[in-house]
Amino acid sequence: MAGSIHGSGMIETRALAATSPPARSGVRRLRENPAALAAAAIIVALAVLAVVGPWLSPYSYEALDWQHLGVPPGLTASHWLGTDPLGRDLYVRTLYGLRLSLLIGVLATAVSVGIGVVWGAVAGYVGGRADSWMMRTVDVLYALPYIFIVIILATVFGRGNIAMLFLAIGAVGWLTMARVVRGQTLSLKRREFIEAARATGLGTPAILFRHIVPNLAGTVAVYATLTIPELITYESFLSFLGLGVQEPRASLGSLINDGARQMLTAPWMLLVPASVLIVLLLCFNLLGDGLRDAFDPAAR
Amino acid sequence: MLGYAVRRIAGTVPTLLILVTLSFFVIRLAPGGPFDQERALTPQVRANLDHLYGLDRPLGVQYLHYLDGLAHGDLGLSYKLRDESVAGLIAQGLPVSAAVGFAALVLAALCGVPLGVWAALRRGGVVDYAVTALATLAIALPAFVTGPLLALLFGLALRWLPVAGWQSGDPVYLILPAVTLALPVCAAIARMMRGSLLETLSASFVRTARARGLGPWRVLLRHALRPALLPVVSYLGPAATYVFTGSLVVETVFALPGTGRYMVQGALDRDYTLVMGMIILYGALTLFLNLLADLAYGWLDPRVRHD
Repeated sequence: MAGSIHGSGMIETRALAATSPPARSGVRRLRENPAALAAAAIIVALAVLAVVGPWLSPYSYEALDWQHLGVPPGLTASHWLGTDPLGRDLYVRTLYGLRLSLLIGVLATAVSVGIGVVWGAVAGYVGGRADSWMMRTVDVLYALPYIFIVIILATVFGRGNIAMLFLAIGAVGWLTMARVVRGQTLSLKRREFIEAARATGLGTPAILFRHIVPNLAGTVAVYATLTIPELITYESFLSFLGLGVQEPRASLGSLINDGARQMLTAPWMLLVPASVLIVLLLCFNLLGDGLRDAFDPAAR
Repeated sequence: MLGYAVRRIAGTVPTLLILVTLSFFVIRLAPGGPFDQERALTPQVRANLDHLYGLDRPLGVQYLHYLDGLAHGDLGLSYKLRDESVAGLIAQGLPVSAAVGFAALVLAALCGVPLGVWAALRRGGVVDYAVTALATLAIALPAFVTGPLLALLFGLALRWLPVAGWQSGDPVYLILPAVTLALPVCAAIARMMRGSLLETLSASFVRTARARGLGPWRVLLRHALRPALLPVVSYLGPAATYVFTGSLVVETVFALPGTGRYMVQGALDRDYTLVMGMIILYGALTLFLNLLADLAYGWLDPRVRHD
């Protein structure tokens, strides 16, 4: 696995070097987009905070502080963002939830990118009847109410199973990726270097994974960035409905659900996780839009 | 046109059948059943219940039985809500969901189109930047975030509107749920309208209209607007789907007695027939609304003729 990642990385740099003018102008366009750069910086900062932040507080995400139940944000006993009615520290719980939401969002995106790239590349390259059946499947799945599929999968896999949760979300998040990748593959496969590869006697899997997929890297990166906030939203949504992450664990969605219930007495319980989620989703969308404008100008 | 509509409706049947089959078997893959409770039933009672609802028969037989009922318009009985048929529950909940969804769609179109036009006419100006920025924000935010925040602001802090609940006939209870649902749709429409109007305004037939000395409003209303509306119309299909699936969130947040609530409750309770009924309802609605959008598209654009 590590070898294949390394290999594709090398080919990717080579492919980028071969097509350097568009890639370089893409980087320049991205540099000229302050919103996208700021969004990237904020995402990195949030990720660092999610990993390091909980250590700065003396509390753990599940510890009950009986002396401080439902304290509003302030400096009371180092509960910087207040506590919930059970005395659990909201600063720690929000960062813990952020960590879980980010983790599930990124892993689920990895799963859906994997499925989508393989599906789309195979359909586009092999073509013919296989292509029409594979893309018909994608069309049918597109027509189904997406969020219901996620709900059904979440019930099938059982509540609170995080590994299964991200698989369930990732398994339905690959449809757009498959379509985009197929379209790119269709135009790639008529290029001379693919013909040359075929002339040297390379088999279909080798051509697919050594020549087609590495050349899709830019497009895939753009749509993966746009998939992350979408899948974070689905995870938070499931947790909000009570089908996702279970107590005492927290995700941003379950914290928002708790906050919505305590809105009257403890509005900070809603405002804190909601603002974190809003900033996170907004930044991913701004970065994704910026990347798309920079590297995929045709899609604008 | 009529032939096309009939063929499209016929085309939805296989899709629905796949949907029904897929969800029927996937739901039953799940461990646990509708009669698992906190207090375990005695084996005899459990066996009787399973027998009554046909759960002791082979899965294939159950499936055929369900399809047979479906063909006769029978969605079965709910396992959990005693004495309620799934069709009856839908009949109770659908008017509420439809009212919220319809209000949201109308609101989104009524706000989104003018905002997009305004931004396009003031390209590069303050209005344009404001609309674009707000649209990015509204599209990024899911309803389960905006819903509680709106309820906090307008319900608790300002006390203008009820926080949640439903009294039939009182439209006040509709406002917050409809606005929550409408926000992202409105943003998407505004963004799309802006883009397509900018494109249309640079087209040669608009230049010709201007060259003939027509005023800017006449050019906009008589020439540019109609072709620019096309992408918006084709977006209404997916938008309606979003609104109907979004009703699931909004009905949970605002405690509305609609159909979306049954979907969540049914999934939590393993109420097979209820979940199946909801999936069929929403699947059919999705397909039907997409068809409507396609037909409207053909009507607006004479170059597209369905025959």
